[in-house]
Amino acid sequence: MKLPLSWLKQYVDVDLPAQELAHRLTMAGIEVGEVDVIGGWTEVFVGRVTDVRPHPNADRLRLCVVTTGAEEMEVVCGAPNVAADQNICFAKVGANIYNTHTERQEILEAAKIRGVDSQGMICSAVELGLGDDHSGIIVLPDDAPVGAPLDDYLGDIVLDLELTPNRLDCLSILGVAHEVAALTGKTVREPETSYEESGAPIADQVNISVADPDLCRRYTTSLLQGVKIGPSPQWLQDRLTSAGLRPINNVVDVTNFVMLEYNQPLHSFDYDLIKDHTVIVRRARPGELLTTLDGEERKLGADNLVIADANDAIGLGGVMGGANSEISNGTVNVLLESATFDGTNNRETAQFLGLRTEATLRFEKGLRPELAPIALRRATGLIQEVAGGTVAPGIIDIVSDAGIDAPVVPLTSAKIKRMLGMDVEPKQVLEVLDSLGFTWESTGEGDLKVTVPYWRNDVNIEEDLVEEVVRTIGYDKVPTTMLSSPIPFQQPVPIMDLRDQIRDYLASAGVQEVINYPLVTLQQLEQVEHLDPDALPLRVANPMSADREYLRTTLRASLLATLASNQGNGSGPFRIFEAGRVFWPRAGDLPEERETVAGVLAGLRHETSWLENDSLLDFYDAKGVVELILGRLGVNATYEPFNDPAFHPGRCAVVKVADAVLGMVGEVHPVVMERLGLESPQVAAFELFLEPILAALPESQRQFEPLPRYPSATRDLALVMPSDVDAGQVTRLIMRHRGIDRAELFDIYAGENISEGTKSLAFHVYFQARDRTLTNEEVNRSLDGLLKTLERELKVTLRA
Amino acid sequence: MTEPAAQPPSAESIEEITRSASAELDSLADLEAVDQWRVSYLGRRGTLTTVLRGLSSLAVEDRRTVGALANEAKNTLEERLEERVRQINEAALTRSASQDRLDVTLPGRPALKGRLHPTTQIVREICDAFVAMGFGVVEGPEVEWDHYNFEMLNIPKGHPARDMWNTLWVDYEDPAGEQAMLLRTHTSPMQARVMEGREPPIRVVVPGKCYRYEATDATHEWHFYQVEGLAVGEGITFADLKGTLYEFARRMFGEERQIRFRCDYFPFVEPGVDMSIDCFACDGNGEGCRICRDSGWIEIMGAGMIHPKVLEGVGYDTEKYTGFAFGMGPERIAMLKYGIDDIRHFYANDLRFLQQF
Repeated sequence: MKLPLSWLKQYVDVDLPAQELAHRLTMAGIEVGEVDVIGGWTEVFVGRVTDVRPHPNADRLRLCVVTTGAEEMEVVCGAPNVAADQNICFAKVGANIYNTHTERQEILEAAKIRGVDSQGMICSAVELGLGDDHSGIIVLPDDAPVGAPLDDYLGDIVLDLELTPNRLDCLSILGVAHEVAALTGKTVREPETSYEESGAPIADQVNISVADPDLCRRYTTSLLQGVKIGPSPQWLQDRLTSAGLRPINNVVDVTNFVMLEYNQPLHSFDYDLIKDHTVIVRRARPGELLTTLDGEERKLGADNLVIADANDAIGLGGVMGGANSEISNGTVNVLLESATFDGTNNRETAQFLGLRTEATLRFEKGLRPELAPIALRRATGLIQEVAGGTVAPGIIDIVSDAGIDAPVVPLTSAKIKRMLGMDVEPKQVLEVLDSLGFTWESTGEGDLKVTVPYWRNDVNIEEDLVEEVVRTIGYDKVPTTMLSSPIPFQQPVPIMDLRDQIRDYLASAGVQEVINYPLVTLQQLEQVEHLDPDALPLRVANPMSADREYLRTTLRASLLATLASNQGNGSGPFRIFEAGRVFWPRAGDLPEERETVAGVLAGLRHETSWLENDSLLDFYDAKGVVELILGRLGVNATYEPFNDPAFHPGRCAVVKVADAVLGMVGEVHPVVMERLGLESPQVAAFELFLEPILAALPESQRQFEPLPRYPSATRDLALVMPSDVDAGQVTRLIMRHRGIDRAELFDIYAGENISEGTKSLAFHVYFQARDRTLTNEEVNRSLDGLLKTLERELKVTLRA
Repeated sequence: MTEPAAQPPSAESIEEITRSASAELDSLADLEAVDQWRVSYLGRRGTLTTVLRGLSSLAVEDRRTVGALANEAKNTLEERLEERVRQINEAALTRSASQDRLDVTLPGRPALKGRLHPTTQIVREICDAFVAMGFGVVEGPEVEWDHYNFEMLNIPKGHPARDMWNTLWVDYEDPAGEQAMLLRTHTSPMQARVMEGREPPIRVVVPGKCYRYEATDATHEWHFYQVEGLAVGEGITFADLKGTLYEFARRMFGEERQIRFRCDYFPFVEPGVDMSIDCFACDGNGEGCRICRDSGWIEIMGAGMIHPKVLEGVGYDTEKYTGFAFGMGPERIAMLKYGIDDIRHFYANDLRFLQQF
C-alpha cells in the first residue's frame, strides 16, 4: 500500500525522519518496502503565467511571462498547453532538474533559445521526476500558492507498505495512524463524522431487510437528497490519485476516500433507480444475472450474496455495484450503504466470479461490524460537503444475531512470562495496550480483560496480545537463553543415512551431483520407460507450463536432459548423478515417494590430458561405480543380462540380491539417444532403488574377520569356452569351489590361435586355507577338481 | 703377496694399520677399489688378519690387551667399510637421479571431479548446526494433503492467508470432490506430522523440497528447499527460540554475528517473527553494501512460538506444552555465503556452476 506522509499527518503528528519511522514500523510488523521521496527540489516554485506571446523566430515556441509574486521573468516554452493565467511549476536558473536532452539531472542555466533569453523553465512531470508525461507542462490548480517553493506544495514522502494478510487495519490510513501513534507516543485525530440532518426520516423513505443474516452481520444505510453530481474538489482527487485510484465523481470519490481512511468499503446507489425503494440483502437465485459496474454481465451462483431491490439484484454485496443502480450525472438522491459482509463467503464469491476488487480485498479478511456506522457517517458528512444536498434524519442499522460485541481477550502476567521467558512490568503492559487503542479492565494481580479496538481484526487470543506487547516494546528486550529441557532421543532414519552415504561415495568417486525439477512431460517419461496406460504418473492440475506437468516416475528423463544440455559446453567427462524421489501413484492416497539414485556417464573417460588417451566412458565405467557403492555398503549383488526399453538390448544388467531388484546398469538405447539428441557414441547409466538396497544391507553390523595367517598359493588359468558363456558364470563357479579365496579376471581374448566361436578368459586364482600353508599337492588337487567342474558345467577347458 | 715378516703385533702397529687403512678407504671412490681394500686389510690374508694371527706369539698378559685392541681395530674398519659403501652407493643414486629430470610444469594426471550439489552441502551444514544442539533430522512427503499443508497449520479453506502460498495442485479429488492433494508449499506440514507421531519433548529439523506456483526471477524459484525446525516441550519460551537461533547464526556465519527480530506473520505461529543477522559482508555498517543493500541486516528466516491451534490440532495440552518453530531457505543462505546472484543457477544444473562448490 502507498502511504503519503502528507495524508498520514492529517491524523497523527509525525516528527520523526521518514527513514526512522519506516524502521520502527518495519520492526513492529508493518514492513516498509520503500521510502519514496517526491520532490526535494531547489529553486522550483509555484509560478503564474501572466502573458503568452509568439516567439519571433520559431513557430512552435512561445514567450511566457512568469511571476512568482516577488519577481517577474520571461521564459521560452515549447509546451502546447501553456496559456496565460495558469499556475505552473517554475524552475528558476540554478534549479536542479532533469534535462530531457542529456538525460541527466542538471543545474538549469540561463539560455538563449532561438535568439531570445530564457530565464528559467516551466516544467513538465518529467523534469520534476513526477512521471513520464512530457507532452505538456503541469498545470496547477488555481488555488496553488504562487511564490511558494514547490517542495512545500507538491513535495511528499510515500511509504510503500508490504503488509502481511493479518494486518488488514494497516490497509487504511487511520489504521497506520493508530500504529504510528503507538510507536511514537502520539495521539490520533479522528475525522469529523457529524453532519446536519433535515427533512423526512430515512426510515420513512426506504424499506430495508436482510434475508440472509449469516452472510451479512450488519447493514447500515443513509440517504442524501438533492445532491449535485460533479467532479470532486482537487484535494479529494489528489488523495485518490496518490493511492492509485481513479477519480470518478464526487459521490463515488467520497466512498473510495472513506474506504482508504477507514478500510470500510461503501457503496452508493441512485435512490431513484431502486424499485419500490426496497433493498433486500439475499443470496442470488441460481443463474440470476447481474451486470456489474465494469459492464460485465455475470451469472451468479446460489452462494453469491446480492443487494436486490423489489425485483432484481442491484449489486453484488461487498464485491461490486450493479450498473442498473449506478450513480450518474443525473443522480439527485443517493442511498449510501456501509455493511459488514461475511469474509469467507465474500472471498469465495470473488474467486467464483474471478472478480477481486478493493472491496473484496478488505471484506475477505473479516471487517469488524462496529466500523460500518462510523464510516457511513463519515462518508455521509463528506458527500454533503462536496456534493451538497440534505441528509434524511437517522440511519438504518440492521444487526444480525451474531451481534456487534467487540472481542474481549484475557491477558495474564503468567502467560507473558510463559511465552516470552521474562516478566514485563504490568505498568508497561498497560502503556502498550493504551497506546494501541485497546481498553482493559483489571481482573486481579497482573490479570486483565482486554477489549480489542474496532479497527483491529487480528487479535483474538491471549497469544495475540502477548505479541502486541513484545512487538511494541521490542524483541531485543527478550533475553537469549538455551533450551534447558533434556535432549530427546532421536530415532535414526536409515533411508536418509543410506542416501547420504551413497551421495558421498559417488562424489568421492568423481561423480557430480545435480538436482532436477521433478515435474516433466509425459513424453519425456515415455521415452525412457514403459508406462502403464491405466496407471499414468500423477498430473499437476494447474501446471505453470506444459513441460512441467507430470510427477516423474524415474530420474532417467531429466538426468539425460541435463546431460544433453551440458554436452554443448565440452566433451566431458560427464559423470553426473541425482539422489531424489520418484512418485508412484496409489489409488486414493498420496503417491509412494521412492528414494532413487541414478547417474549417467558419457564423453571422455578422462579430462583431456597429455597422459591419457581419448577413450570414452562406457558400460563398465557405470558398472564400476555401482560395484563401488554396493561394495562399500557390503552388499553382494549379482548382475544379469536384462531388457529395458531405455537401455541397449545387449548392454544392460539388472542388479539383484537374491530376487530383489536393486537397480539397473547399462548403456542407453541408441534410439533413446537419438530422440534426446545425446552426442556421445555411448551413454552409460545406472539407477539404484534405495528401499531394496536398505533391505539387502548386512543385517548386523559388520563383523571382523581374522586376517589369514598363512600364505596363499596362486595359479594363473587361461580358460577357453564357448563365446556365449558369461564371465559372471565362470567367476561364480570358481568362487564356489572349496579352498579358493578369490579370483581376478585379468584378460579376455578372442581371435587368432583359438577356435572360432570360443573365447579365452584368464584368471589369477588364489588358494587359501585358514589353518595351514597349502602344499603344492593340495593346490593341484583342488585345481584339478575345479577344472573338472568347469568343464562339466560350462564346457570350459584349459587353454592348450 | 708375500707373507709379511712375522713380527709380533703391538698396540702401535695396530694403531698404525687402522690409521693408514682408514685414510686409504676415504680416498676410494668406487666399489671395486673398496672391495680390493677390504681384501688387503680384512681378507683372509689381509694385514689385520695377519696381525691377529700373530697374537699367539705374544706373552699371555700382552696377548689379552693387544688382542682386544686388534679386535676393536677390526670392528672399526668393518664399520668404516660399511659406511663407505653406503656413501658411495648414495652418491651414485644422487648422481643418477640428478640426471633424471621431469618437466614439473606439465599438468598432473587428472583426478576425477565430483562434488555434492551446493544445496546438499548447505542443507547438511544447516542440519549439522542444529544436530549439535540436540535436534534430530527427519523428512516428509513432497506430495501432501491440503490437510497437513494448510488445515493443520491454522490455515483453513477460504483463509485469506492462503494467498501467501501459491499452490501447485495435483489432479486429484477427494470423495467430497475437493482438491485435496498438492505439492507442498513449505516444509511446515511436517510440524503436524512429527507431533502427531509422538509426545514431547520434540526437537527436529526437516529439510526438503517445496514447490510454488510462482514465476521465477533472480530471487524466486518455483522449486526450492526449506529447512524447518521445531522444538516442543514444557517451559519452552521465546527466549529459547532466540538462544537457539543465535547459536545457529554464529555457527553458520561466524562467532561475532548479532541477530535481530522483527514482527512478522505466519498463521501457524504467534508471536511470529522474522530473524535477521547483521551483515557479515560489511559487519553491519550498511553503507554501500551489496549483500545487505545498505541496511546492515540480512533477513534469514521466519520463526515464532507455535500457535495454540496447531498444538491443539495434534492433541497436545496447551497448558502443559509450548514450542517454537522456524523455517529458512537454504538457497538464500548459500547465495549469501557464496555471493551467488541468481537463484536460477541452482537447478539449471550447468556443471560449470555446480563444480565451483
